[in-house]
Amino acid sequence: MKVKYFAWVRERVGKAEETLEPPAGVRTVEDLIGWLAKRGETYAHAFETPRVIRAAIDHAHVKSDTLIAGAREIAFFPPMTGG
Amino acid sequence: MTAAVTIRIQQADFDVAREIAALTRGRTDIGAVVSFSGICRDDEAGDAIAALTLEHYPGMAEAEIARHAETAMSRWPLTGLTVIHRVGRITPGENIVLVLTASQHRQAAFQAAEFLMDYLKASAPFWKREEKPTGTSWVEARRQDDAAAARWTKS
Repeated sequence: MKVKYFAWVRERVGKAEETLEPPAGVRTVEDLIGWLAKRGETYAHAFETPRVIRAAIDHAHVKSDTLIAGAREIAFFPPMTGG
Repeated sequence: MTAAVTIRIQQADFDVAREIAALTRGRTDIGAVVSFSGICRDDEAGDAIAALTLEHYPGMAEAEIARHAETAMSRWPLTGLTVIHRVGRITPGENIVLVLTASQHRQAAFQAAEFLMDYLKASAPFWKREEKPTGTSWVEARRQDDAAAARWTKS
């Protein structure tokens, strides 16, 4: 699946997007955040406070307990500040 | 007549008068147009702001605005609406966002414009970065913005 990062999540991870194949045990958005956080220092910093991270699957907002099976694109970003 | 929905995300500035004219051109059934412009300020809680840089999630930003535009169209008798959100570097005094709503009567137009702005702030994937004399930093989300959007879901 394609994983995208925006705003300070993107800056901390150090890239805007990548293609990842998480292991089968990673079932929910929350699981994926936990798995990403263990990928290295930059990821650990980006995902150090999971409750502030927002997620979207295929361009729609999702909650942390949403299953990721079948997702083409998952994005992680901070709370939005547009308008 | 069908309702006209325009959604644009662009770097360039917009002309409010031209956008209103485009929304009402050739129509005689519109009795009210409400216009909201969000403008870049030069001050945030006492700190001078030199500029804002807006980042967005291409694809999702358009989809999210379209979802709320559809909700607004189903909730109020609108004859049309326009949402334009700028991205990139914006300096104080420049436009950031435009919401226009048109209807036969003012109440629907006022309410729909407020609804759209509340949802834009709370759920459209845009992020502001501020340039201050002390450096640049990401703007933190305001709790009040989530609360403003949530009140539209109350029965």
